[in-house]
Amino acid sequence: MAEWFAMGGHGFYVWGSYAVSALFMVVETILVVRQKRTLLQRLGRMMRMNSEVD
Amino acid sequence: MNLFKYSAPSTFYPLAGKLARGFAIVSVLLLVVGLYMSFFVAPTDYKQGEGYRIMFIHVPAAWMSMFIYLVMAGWAAAGMIWNTRLSSMMASSLAPTGAIFTFIALWTGALWGKPMWGAWWVWDARLTSELILLFLYIGYMALESAIDDPRRASRACGLLALVGVINVPIIYYSVQWWNTLHQGASIKMSESGGVEASMTEIMLWTMLIMTFACWFYTIAVALTRVRSIILERESNSVWVKQMLQQQGEK
Repeated sequence: MAEWFAMGGHGFYVWGSYAVSALFMVVETILVVRQKRTLLQRLGRMMRMNSEVD
Repeated sequence: MNLFKYSAPSTFYPLAGKLARGFAIVSVLLLVVGLYMSFFVAPTDYKQGEGYRIMFIHVPAAWMSMFIYLVMAGWAAAGMIWNTRLSSMMASSLAPTGAIFTFIALWTGALWGKPMWGAWWVWDARLTSELILLFLYIGYMALESAIDDPRRASRACGLLALVGVINVPIIYYSVQWWNTLHQGASIKMSESGGVEASMTEIMLWTMLIMTFACWFYTIAVALTRVRSIILERESNSVWVKQMLQQQGEK
């Protein structure tokens, strides 16, 4: 197992590549999902505020 | 079924949600298989040892960075020619993901270059043109956020995207046109017409599965992002208000 992690002495480079790639893809996914959710909430709030004024 | 029905943002919005979910699921499945093959199935490379496993993320990311740019420019062109709102929105939704894959390609390339070439970075044609691609994506996003009027923004961005297309063949053929440190294409068409790969079949399959995983990921993320763009730009339209009302009642 430790040998596998070492990647023949290239562990730092291999894991550094995959870790950063995974981080970017996970963060992007979280951001786009959250962006849509907060936008829906904001638009909904704005609509309710407008309807109370009417 | 009338496909053109879906070019209207109001009908595309719910469809994009369903499609995004499907693509996300397939992408995760492909990623699991692709990663398993990358680390446990693909054999050690006789020349590059274990370090070559970086290729299974580097090559798909690099392919995606170029391919997404072409698709983005295609949507931008469609938006400029037919003045369709949805086309420009699709172009905008692809830019951040394209930038991310370009960065991943550069980053993993640097981490591969250090042990193999002895340098994180060299100013050769392949690396420099890929860096320019990153700047094109960033420039596209910066230009878009700098112009308040969405219609003018998408026209300016569309023009930038189209001018930048010239960079994609430069990246792709750079390893042939110039003497570069970067190795030649991993997969290319041979002169007899077949596909020629500089690796074993199992490595090729791993790379292809990882590429499809990245491709499906891109579609899922871009569709989710375009839904936000649609909502924002159409926030005063009747269908958005009706949808919000229905959600409020739930």
